[in-house]
Order: sequence, then C-alpha cells, then structure tokens
Amino acid sequence: MALEQFAPVGMLLLLSTGLVLIILNISAVFGPKNPTTRKTAPYESGMKPIGPAVRRLPVKFYLIGVLFILFDIEVIFFLPWAVVFRGLGFYGLIVMGLFVFILTVGLIYEWKKGALEWE
Amino acid sequence: MIDVPSFAELNLEVALPGIFLALFTTVLLIVDLFIPKDRKITTAHLTIGALVVAFVLNLPAFNAGETAMNEMFIADAFAGFVNMIVITGAIITVLLSVDYMKRSGIEHGEFYSLLLFSVSGIMFMGSANDLIVVFIALELLSIPLYVMAALRHDDVKSEESGIKYFILGAFASAFFVYGAALIYGATGTTNLPEIFRAIAGADGIVATENSAMIYLVIGAAMVIVALGFKVAAVPFHMWTPDVYEGAPTPVTAFMSVGAKAGGFAGLLRVMIIGLPLLVVNFGDAVETMAIGETITVPSAWQTALWLIAAATMIFGNFIAISQTNVKRMLAYSSIAHAGYILMAVAAVGTVQITKVAENDYTMVAVYAESALNGALVYLLAYTFTNLGAFAVVMSLENNDGSGTMLDDFNGLSKRHPLTAAMMAFFMLSLIGVPTTAGFIGKFLIFDAAIQAGLIPLTIIGVLTSAVSAYYYVRIIVNMYLKDAAVTDEAVGLTPYVNYATIVAFAGTLIFGLFPMLALDLLASSGAQIATLLF
Repeated sequence: MALEQFAPVGMLLLLSTGLVLIILNISAVFGPKNPTTRKTAPYESGMKPIGPAVRRLPVKFYLIGVLFILFDIEVIFFLPWAVVFRGLGFYGLIVMGLFVFILTVGLIYEWKKGALEWE
Repeated sequence: MIDVPSFAELNLEVALPGIFLALFTTVLLIVDLFIPKDRKITTAHLTIGALVVAFVLNLPAFNAGETAMNEMFIADAFAGFVNMIVITGAIITVLLSVDYMKRSGIEHGEFYSLLLFSVSGIMFMGSANDLIVVFIALELLSIPLYVMAALRHDDVKSEESGIKYFILGAFASAFFVYGAALIYGATGTTNLPEIFRAIAGADGIVATENSAMIYLVIGAAMVIVALGFKVAAVPFHMWTPDVYEGAPTPVTAFMSVGAKAGGFAGLLRVMIIGLPLLVVNFGDAVETMAIGETITVPSAWQTALWLIAAATMIFGNFIAISQTNVKRMLAYSSIAHAGYILMAVAAVGTVQITKVAENDYTMVAVYAESALNGALVYLLAYTFTNLGAFAVVMSLENNDGSGTMLDDFNGLSKRHPLTAAMMAFFMLSLIGVPTTAGFIGKFLIFDAAIQAGLIPLTIIGVLTSAVSAYYYVRIIVNMYLKDAAVTDEAVGLTPYVNYATIVAFAGTLIFGLFPMLALDLLASSGAQIATLLF
C-alpha cells in the first residue's frame, strides 16, 4: 500500500480543519464589536438568566433516552436488512433473529425492573 | 449479489465455549429476574454450573487449531489455555462473591451476569485472529467491569472508581481503534496472519521498502498503549490503585487477574501473530552478511516494551513497599506482575535473520514459543495465587471495608492457622519461591528473556523480585511472629471463601510441583501458530 493513496484523506483533514478555523474566526475579524452588559449575558429565550444551566434532572429522562437509542439502532439495522432480505435468505433471518432476541432480553429486563413505569 | 456465508462455512462449533457462555448469560439475566431477592445464591450456583460446562467444552480446543467465522476466530492451544485460566479465575471469583456481596448489602443477580459477560469477552480475546475481534472482545470484557466497579453505589469511592475506569477505558479503546486503523491502512487487512504476511513478505525483507512502514510503527505503538492500559503497565497505570480500592473486593480480585489475562491475551495475539517481524532498523549488518549467516535484530516495538516492562516492575514493586493497606499493596503488586509478563512479550521481539541466498533472507521470531509459554504459565500461576491472596484478605475484611491493614494480620497464625498457612504460601508464590506455581512462571519468563538476549531486563526482573520479597514477607512476619492486639472475629471467613482459598491453594501447589501439567497443555501451541502463519 503506497502512501500516496492516503492523499485524499489528508487533504480532507486539512480542508475540514482549515474551514472550521476560518468559520470560527471570520466574524471575530470582520464583525463590529460593541459589547454591552445585556449583549454579553447568556441568552435564555430573551428572559433574564435565572440560574445555572446545569441542573439535576430526574433519571427517568435518561432511561427513556437509553431506550430510544436501543430501538433507534434496531430500526437502523432493520432497514438495510429488509432491503436485501431476499439475498440474505435463511442466514440473514437467523442472524437478525439473534439480534432481535438480544434486544428483547434487554426490553424484558427493563420492563421487569420497572424502568417503564413513570411514577 | 451479496456473498452470504452458510452456517457450515462459519464453523461455529469451534467457538462453542464462548458462544455457549454468552448465550447462557443473556438467558441468565432474565432467569435472575424471577429468582426472589433472598435466594440469589441460586444465580451463583447457575453461574458456577455454566462456567464448569464452558470449561469442559473448552477442552477440545487444545488440539484443534481450527479457525471459525471466516478466519476471524481461532481455537488453538493458546486460546484453550487462556480460556482455562479465565474460567478457573471466574469460578473462584464467584465463590468469593457470594457472601461478600450479601454482607456488604450489594447482592444483585446482575453481578453474575456481568461477570460472565466479561469472561466471555476474555475468551473471545484469547481466540481473536483479527483486529476487529480483538476490539469487540476488548469492549465486551471492559464494559461489564466498569459497571461492576461501581456496584457499591452508595459509596462515593466505588462510584469514582467506576467512572474513572470508564472514562480512561474508553480513551484506551479509542487508542486501540486508531492503531488498528493505521495497521489496516498500512497492510490492507485486519486479519492477523495476513498482517504478518504483509510485513514479512513472501521471501524475506520486503518490509523495509514499504513506504507505509511508519504507519505500522505508529499503529503498533497505539495498540501497545491501549492494551498496556488494560494490563495496568506503567505509565498507563494511574487508574489502577484508585479503581482497585474503590471497587468491591471480589471485583478487584477478578479485575487484577481477568482483565489482565484478557489484555495480555490480546497483546500476545497481536504481537506474536501479527507484528513479530516489524523490523525497521536493520543496520549495515544485513549488507555484509555471508550466505548462510544468521544475525538477530530487535523488532521495532521491542525497545518500547523493554522500557515499559522495566518501568512497570520497578515502579510497581517500590510503591508497593510503602503501602500499609494490604488491598492497596496487592493492587500495586499486580502492576509489578504485569511488568514480568511484559518481559515475556518483549522477548518475542527478537528476530533472527538468515541470508539464504543473494538478496534472499528469511526472518523468524525464534523465541515466540518460549515467551508465549512463559507468559501463559505465569498468568495461570498468578491467577491462582492472587485470587487466593484476595480470598484471605477478604475473609479478614469487615463489612465497612476496614480490617485489611497490615496490622490486622498480626497473630493470624494463632487465630486461624490454616488460613495463615495458605496466605504464607500465596505470598511465597508471589515472590517466586520454588515449589510454588509463581516460581515456575518466573523461571520460564526469565529463561525466555535470557534466550532472547534481554540480559539487563532480566537482571532488573530478578532484582525487583528480591525487592518484592520485602513487602510479601512482611505479611508472613506479621502473621507468625507478632501477637494480635485485638482478637476480632474474621467475619468473612465463610465456607464459600474457604472453598475459594482451598481451590486457589491447590492450584498454586499443583502447578508448582508438577509444572509439566501446564507445559504439556501448551506443547502444541508453537506448532499451531506456525501452521497458522505459513
């Protein structure tokens, strides 16, 4: 494998780094600067800021988030599988069955542990 | 269209022990939900049963040497031996956990599932024949350990230990992926034997002319960093004492042997099968060689591993001296033991070049087999000995985590003579005194290192072993020559912990007296690896 084959990757790396730096700094170079207290304060939908943004949230939201990711990924894997289902045949069915089995075990576990109950 | 493999081609029965354990664990997770909270002992029994079945299923691996899953997985004597080490270690860990988890109020059935997931990860690591499998196994063995470290969730220290291990472990995984990507970029394959062939070339020194060599070296360095983190080698050891102290003691015991066995299995696989001939600096010697002449050169990563091994042995042993908490002392000494095994890995990197004809050379990593045998036997010995030592520490540990200071061992020989005798034996094995398994492991490793020409490293190893005798013997002195100030009950000295101690003691003694038992199992490993490569 010759090194030259990696040239596009290197160029992409340089381009993307350069572009990010330009975008981040271009307004600082060209934009007018006229700071006031109001302008430099954190933006909170036009209201006056009333406290730190980092607050404790109920853990339930995270549980829902984790569940969402789980089934989100399941759907993402299902789509290409469904597209080539005929080509994969019995083999694909078994492998996908295993995948769904593992996810189902996770779901049963959560259900039984009471993660799906809001109260 | 799509190239669909058939199940017969996948050759799945070769991977049966790992697959069985992984599937069983998935089912155990559900079964455990229906076991009432005061009967979690059933889950522990099921776990031990599954481990025993996996142990039996693993036995054919020793003379199989077959690949599965399109060459990504291999079951050979190496894999069989790693599986044997980790399954035995896990059985002892379960015996240790049963009562400890109950009396410290963290008895969860999930613990056993997590342990088994981690074990199956280590088993896949031992059988990995492809960088991608190494990575998946690395994650499968690590992620359950992150959770297990934080299992004592009402204790801030345990939480800290879990999160620290998780963040640093994720970082190490990223290193591994980057390294694997660079190796793939340089050789065009992730399959370890094919990486070997890409480096060695069909007929000798092709590798020097490879313009992608620099990427191979950086890739190898990153893989060493990632796996060095898993085995707690200096300078990637910073997490070890904190994590070991915060995690529940059985988890610490398992981490110090299981995660280490997994990390070393991966490191040995990548180094022995993938990258042994990664030589960049041949010097002028090759030019002036006569036909038929043979020289030895170090591979590109040998010096790095040399330095890491030396630093690990020195640092681990010297810091362990100043520890007064035996749990912390064992954590630091486990760093030191990683150093001895790294010495064996470094010995693999001595490459022999023979000039067969004009412009025709052959390269062989001649000491790979003896180094491999040394590393694996050492891991086996260390597993038994260290788990035994942890079992004794745990039997003295109070429910609030106190009771593991050096002074708590005072006069143990009068209170519990049998436990004290076994602890003394474990300490001697950790030093490497003859008739113990630790001696056999150290002997084989030093032997391999001397053969490979790593004389200064061997001297450092011997001297640091002598240093380690100081803090190990101190425990024996406390147990036998000092009188106890207090005569408290050893609350942890329950039947299960006793079984664990006895199993560990038996292993240490048997492999110390009859080392051929272990060596015979490994006898075919070198030949199997050679057939894999050529």
